[in-house]
Amino acid sequence: MSRRTMNLRLRWRKAVSAVMLTLTGVCALVAVSVLFFILGYLVYHGGRSVNWNFFTKLPTPVGEAGGGMANAIVGSAKLLLLASLIGVPIGFLGGVYLAEFGGRGAGFVVRYCADLLNGAPSIVIGIFVYALLVLPFKHFSTVAGSFALGIMMIPITLRSTEEFLRGVPMSLREGAMALGASKWRAIATIIVPAAYRGILTAVLLALARVAGETAPLLFTAFNNRFWSSGWNQPTASLPVMIFTYAVAPYEDWHRQAWAAGLVLLALVLVVNVAARSILARGISVPRS
Amino acid sequence: MATTSATIPSAGPAAGSRSFLSRLRDGDEIARLITLIFAASVVLITVALVYQLWKDSALPRHAFGWRFFVTDVWDPVFDKFGALPFIYGTVVTSAVGLLIAVPLGLGAAIFLAELAPQKISDTLTFLIDLLAAVPSVIYGLLGIFILVPLLREYVQPALGKTLGFLPLFSGPPFGVGFLAAGIVLAIMVIPFIISVSREVLLSVPREQREAALSLGATRWESTWKVVVPFARTGIFGSIFLALARALGETMAVTMVIGNAPKISPSLFSPGYSIAAVIANEFTEATGDLYLQALIELGLVLFLLTFILNGLARLLILVTQRRGAGVHA
Repeated sequence: MSRRTMNLRLRWRKAVSAVMLTLTGVCALVAVSVLFFILGYLVYHGGRSVNWNFFTKLPTPVGEAGGGMANAIVGSAKLLLLASLIGVPIGFLGGVYLAEFGGRGAGFVVRYCADLLNGAPSIVIGIFVYALLVLPFKHFSTVAGSFALGIMMIPITLRSTEEFLRGVPMSLREGAMALGASKWRAIATIIVPAAYRGILTAVLLALARVAGETAPLLFTAFNNRFWSSGWNQPTASLPVMIFTYAVAPYEDWHRQAWAAGLVLLALVLVVNVAARSILARGISVPRS
Repeated sequence: MATTSATIPSAGPAAGSRSFLSRLRDGDEIARLITLIFAASVVLITVALVYQLWKDSALPRHAFGWRFFVTDVWDPVFDKFGALPFIYGTVVTSAVGLLIAVPLGLGAAIFLAELAPQKISDTLTFLIDLLAAVPSVIYGLLGIFILVPLLREYVQPALGKTLGFLPLFSGPPFGVGFLAAGIVLAIMVIPFIISVSREVLLSVPREQREAALSLGATRWESTWKVVVPFARTGIFGSIFLALARALGETMAVTMVIGNAPKISPSLFSPGYSIAAVIANEFTEATGDLYLQALIELGLVLFLLTFILNGLARLLILVTQRRGAGVHA
């Protein structure tokens, strides 16, 4: 090969390299820009409809303009509260068991089940809770919806609690032991406090994730045009309302769906950003 | 379970060296028992889930057997249930989704792991993580009101005109259908492909890149011919993970797929997916056989994602181990 063709070939290879590397940059840009598209569209279509009425009024009957989603907002809050009461203790204490007490065999089984739950499609969780809590009692309820969301919170909380507890330096444990603390005392007063930022982050991320879940609520909490009259009654929630309103043929409902979408997304993103900023820089958030 | 863990020394220092009685007095045994109960409840819930799905799908399993998966008539009125249209829809939409998401996601992951300066990479990764947190119903909302009209008015007519001779792009432009669902799925799984692939690429030892560059490879050649092949198993893992997500995705697909139990070779045609039919018909299912047929679909979905997730985790683990092994 002459020097000339060598040069040509090298130039060609360098050109290919530059083009392909630029393309990867374009890919990254496209992927990230989706986030801004989503935000932009929601603000554009939903911004005008997010007003005082949206947060304080009940939905109006079809054909009547105005109204809000107060019942859905309260419903979502109730669902999330009860879901946390179910999901966080199981996830947290289960995580403590895995990190501090768990043997190899038992640990493996628990971890395996948690991963299985984490990977299960949310609609399948909905079916399960329907069979467990809706069918026997013959009606949809807030409790059933919360249980479905709670189940979804467990694996995230559990695995991150374990991970962050394992990250606590051995010297801290040894220090506690040297001072004569029993194991549970060391866990309660030294180890868990040392890892609490990470655990709190994980809980918040889990909460943000289930806050937007729709599929498991469809046949557990169902929906409600009015205030839910009790924990054992069906309730409205923001995600289900967005779905119902978006697929309905009414213009006014679409407007409300956009507004609800904006509120939900804002909530989820704010919690996400807050959760991640709780963690000090340099510590990575474990992926759920 | 309790017996095995009692005999294996626990993670903390010197826990096994004290007598059972002194540990009991200190409250350690009680604490262990309490946390064990909560950990065991995770196992209990999982077992109950599988058991319920299995038990509550007994009717159609006995009535149809394997025919359930290969017949295409879904007629609740005559108690005929064949899942083929839904399986077809789920497979086609997921395939379209991956076809779009894999090149884009892999490209972006290469950029984030290999090229971008640390600061830019961190910022973009943070934004991608936020994107992964966007609820699926919001993707569905944008799908219905933005993507579907766009497809109906511009994209599908244009595709039909240029590539309409292919059965894939034939038929009237409805907007809703396999193509819309596939695109929404692609957008939804891209963040997962990016963040897992990026991590896998980052775990490739530095020496691999340096060796390639020192042999005269260009930056792209070192990335594409050395780093990516090294991380190949892990990247496949990220794709399986994305596939599992796509198969189980419910809301966004339900909102844009058109909800018609048809098997059509055209991507423009409305269809149906397993998750979508469960979401739409579950509360309206009259009769045990109908309801249980839907539950059996749920069981199928669960098993599919279970297998894919397992494979994905294995592949990612293998790659990261390999990276660490070479490094050592």
